[in-house]
This record gives sequence, structure tokens and C-alpha cells, in this order.
Amino acid sequence: MTTIASPTEWLAVVASRQLRDHTTVFAGVGVPLLAAALAQATHAPNLTIVVEGGIVGPRIKPGRLPISTNEMRTAYRATMLTGITDTFLLAQRGALDVGFIGGAQIDPYGNVNTTVIGDYARPKVRLPGTGGANDIASLCRQVIIVTAHERRRFVPRVAFVTSPGWLDGAGGRERAGLRFGGVSGVVTTLGVFGFDPTTRRMRVDALHPGVTMDDVRANTGFEVLSADGIDTTAPPAADELELLRALDPERRFLG
Amino acid sequence: MKPSEYDFVAARRRLEAKEKSAGEKLTSLEDAAARVTNGDVVAVGGILFSRTPMALVHAILRERRTGLTLVRNLMCQEGEFMMAVGAVERVVTAWFGIGLPWGVSKIMREHVEGGKVVYEEWSHLALGLRFRAAAMGVPFLPALTMLGSDLVAIGPMKTVIDPYTGTTLAAIPALYPDVAILHVHRADRFGNCQIDGYPHMDADIARAASTVLVTAEALIPDEEVRRHPDRTVIPGFLVDAVVPAPWGAFPHECYGLYEADFEHFDEYAAAIDARGTAGVTEFLDRHVYGPASWLESLELWGAERLARQARRAHELVPATDIMGGLSTPPKPPALGAPRQSRGAPRPPDAFTGYA
Repeated sequence: MTTIASPTEWLAVVASRQLRDHTTVFAGVGVPLLAAALAQATHAPNLTIVVEGGIVGPRIKPGRLPISTNEMRTAYRATMLTGITDTFLLAQRGALDVGFIGGAQIDPYGNVNTTVIGDYARPKVRLPGTGGANDIASLCRQVIIVTAHERRRFVPRVAFVTSPGWLDGAGGRERAGLRFGGVSGVVTTLGVFGFDPTTRRMRVDALHPGVTMDDVRANTGFEVLSADGIDTTAPPAADELELLRALDPERRFLG
Repeated sequence: MKPSEYDFVAARRRLEAKEKSAGEKLTSLEDAAARVTNGDVVAVGGILFSRTPMALVHAILRERRTGLTLVRNLMCQEGEFMMAVGAVERVVTAWFGIGLPWGVSKIMREHVEGGKVVYEEWSHLALGLRFRAAAMGVPFLPALTMLGSDLVAIGPMKTVIDPYTGTTLAAIPALYPDVAILHVHRADRFGNCQIDGYPHMDADIARAASTVLVTAEALIPDEEVRRHPDRTVIPGFLVDAVVPAPWGAFPHECYGLYEADFEHFDEYAAAIDARGTAGVTEFLDRHVYGPASWLESLELWGAERLARQARRAHELVPATDIMGGLSTPPKPPALGAPRQSRGAPRPPDAFTGYA
């Protein structure tokens, strides 16, 4: 087994470390779900995974990775199956600590677009839509976005706010009636990003080894704030990679 | 959004005026589909490629309806089918596609970007609460979701001030569909419905709609329903039509019975990549308009393929855990029973409803 991690493996491993033991995570399929399962297998055995299809506490059957949030693969060995609306209401109640979502297009305030490019009524490109992402971003105690770091994704202003981050900055969520939650982090193929507590703009918290601020600037369509003393993320450990690869032997999501 | 969708008074009057019978509901797919009229708001049960009422979707396509509004939280192939034949003028949904591996729906893009179909987007929870509000008989429900996003800026959703704390809340309007089409695991001839596994939103949708059309994997005797009344999620008096439809969600999944056919999705998506909308209409000509019945349409897949999908389901959900432990998986008469997973004890056949 090579211990050199691919970019997606970096993403999954670093994302998994954001999750704490004895908490709940509302995870989307793909890398977020893999990262949550990895966290469960390593440092967070008492983590409960919740999936929007009404699935609570599932395990992943190696080689049968979920493709949708609503299918038997996702429900494998779950502890509870309930309605979709009721699952989201657990988040609205405040019972889901972390929302773990992917991103299509993201701006400096952590707003995400998965709806349209261009005019809403006659779009240039009609994207699939929010799915549960808007609700996860609105209702979980905190949201972590997991995404490849590319300039076309990190834009100065999203064409459409599908999932609210900090909206237009300080006080934006409160003004809109979003009393709880907000985007706390963005894990990318370059590093880990947080948000300035005052301005709510994206800032660098840690970079993967060998990644420079120049790399970040080259791959981001807006100015990323730079904190004093940027950390360097620890590389994926051999046991983390082994567990992760066992979950996705066909490398459907790990690439 | 049309004001009639959240008119809770009119919706209540319709339900009050309707016969709510404990009697016979058993009918044919054709008769059930004939109750959908042009311009109806049709809510589709299940979600994405899970428990899609595919046999009813086929029957409605064969009726050549037009001007429909199709509502489903995560819309899948049924939306593409209806777009491809010009049956639908508006979709109300949170997400449209088959799944991440198959990319953004090219059929949806063509119809929405070209202005032929309106895509009305709600968040997943908000649309779920639209059904829940209607199921509760109220005009709206307060919620903390969708606020601040452009989904509110472009859409018809309003906000409301909480009279107790002064907080701004989303006022999610009810959605009372004209027709609900649902596929369940078991029903009796009187319309009492039982679902295994995740319930999705079907129970709310059934309560929200004016007319409820149901297909079931298995038709079970009244006595079996009465032995396990806790498993009934839709009471018979709300249901207008029951049709037995083994494999009635295929090629989508039915929990515990058969897995969605991902190879079919690959082939279908490849046909669209190659030939656009024609890829869909060719599929419909072969699978929907060609066969004389649902069973004939199923035969096109072949017994081996169906058995494989049943086996894949049993690898994830033990066969003894499904159908409430009461019934065997469906047995399409023309095709024979899908094989049970190895070593699983076979439940008695007495309750299957299939002679």
C-alpha cells in the first residue's frame, strides 16, 4: 500500500479530523460520508452519522458505497429509519452538531451556489438545485464545506445563494432570521479555512505541507485573509489511509 | 406557486365532500391513471430512485396527459420522462437528476434553460413541510430554513413574525396536490397501506392530496393488516385506487426487495449523451408505449436481471427482515420469484396474495 495520499484522500482524512467524538454529523454522500465514517473508525467511535434520507447511525458496507442519500446502501445496518422531513427537523431542533456538505461554487462568506448560472427564470446553466444543502446550512450548529480547491469554484460572489454561509458578512444571518449556526470551516485540497469572527470573511487556518499562500491565491478568485502563524496540517497517517481505502476499494469517490 | 396550492379551506371542503370508504378500491393501472386530468398538480411518492411509483408513471404517460405540475423533493427519471413527451409544464422540487455519478440532467437543463418547463425550487425541508402543513390541514408552517438565501429572493415564500418572541420565521405554504401517486410494499384491497424501511414522505403526501392512487408490491388479506395494524401508515379511507404492481418501482429500488439498477442508469445516461431527448423517447417507446401491460414491460428486463437486483437488496437487508417478516418478496407471475439470499429461511407463502 502506498502511503502517499491522493488529493481526495487528503480531503477525506483532514475533514474526518474536524469531527469530535460524542457528537452528531449530518453528512452528504461522497467524500463527506467517507470522512464521517473514517472519523468513526478512528478517533470518534461515539459519533452518530445522520443522512437526509431518514437514515440514522448507518455503517458503510465496504464496496457498496452509497450513491444517493436515499437508498439501501446508505441505510446499511442503521439504528433508525425515519421520515425525511423528520430528519431535517432534528437539525432544526438543534440536535445535529455538524453539517458536512460539498460545494459547487463558494464565495468569501461561505455562501454556496448549486442552483443557476445566469438569470433564475431563463438560466444560462441550470444546476441540480439545493437538495438538502440549504437546510443543512441553515439549521445545523455548524457547517463544514468539503471541496476541491479550484479558482472556478472559489468566486468573489456566487451567482445565486442556494445555501447560506455568512450571507453579506457580519450580522447577515441574524438580519435574515437565521438565529443559529453558520459556516465554521472549509476543508479543501490546499488546506483548512475558517472565517474571521468580525468580518466573517474566509481566512487561512492551515495549509497542507508544501502548499504556499501563492498556491492559494492562484486557485482562489478572491482575497483570502491570512492569519498570523498559519498551521501545517499533519499528513494522512498510514492507519487513516488504510481504513479509508478499505471503505472505498473501487475508488469510486477517492479517485 | 398557485394560490390554490395552499387554499386550506377549499382543500378541506374537497376532502369533506369526498366519499371516504372502507370498501373496495382494487382497480387497474389504466383506471387509476385515468383519474389524473390535464393540468393537475401531481405529487410523486418515494424519493429520487427509491420507491418511485413507476408502474403508475408509465400508466400516466400512456394516458398522454398535458399541462401537469409534477412535485417531488428529489426528482429523477420520472421528471425527464414527463418533460421528454411534453406532459409537464412545471416541476416543484429541491433537486433534479439521477445521482452524482450521472451528472446534471441534460433533459432538465434543455427544458428549463429553453423556457419550456418552469423549475420551482424549494429547499428539501421546506417542500417536506409544504406536504406536512397540508397533511395537518393548515395554510402554512413556521420554520427556520430557507431564510436569507436567494431561494426566498426569487420565490413566492413569505416570512412571518412570531407573535410570542418577535422572531422572523419562514412561513412555508401548504401544498395540497390534486393527485398523489404512491408505491408501497403492501396494501389490502381497501387501501390500507404498509411500508417497510424508510417511509420517505408518503404518509404526508397521502394526507395532503385530494385523490390518492397506490400501487403495492403485494396485495395482502384484510386479516394480515389487522394482525399488524401498527404497520399501516396510510388508512384505507384516504385511498381512491389500489393496484397490485409487483416490482412496481423498477428500475428504481424498493427497500429490502430489489436494489436500483445502476447499470440501467449508465445505459440510459449514455443514450441521452449520444442522442439527447431522443435517448429518452426511444426508452419510452420500448418500455412504456410498446408493452401492453406493466408485466410485459417488466419482461423486457428479463428474470435474471430482476433476480440479480433482488439478490443485491438481500445483501444489504436480510430477506427475513422485509415485508414485515410476513410475506415473501413479490412474484411477478410471468417471471417467477426473485431468488432469496442464501441461507435465509423462506417465510410461509400463505400471506403473499399472489396465487
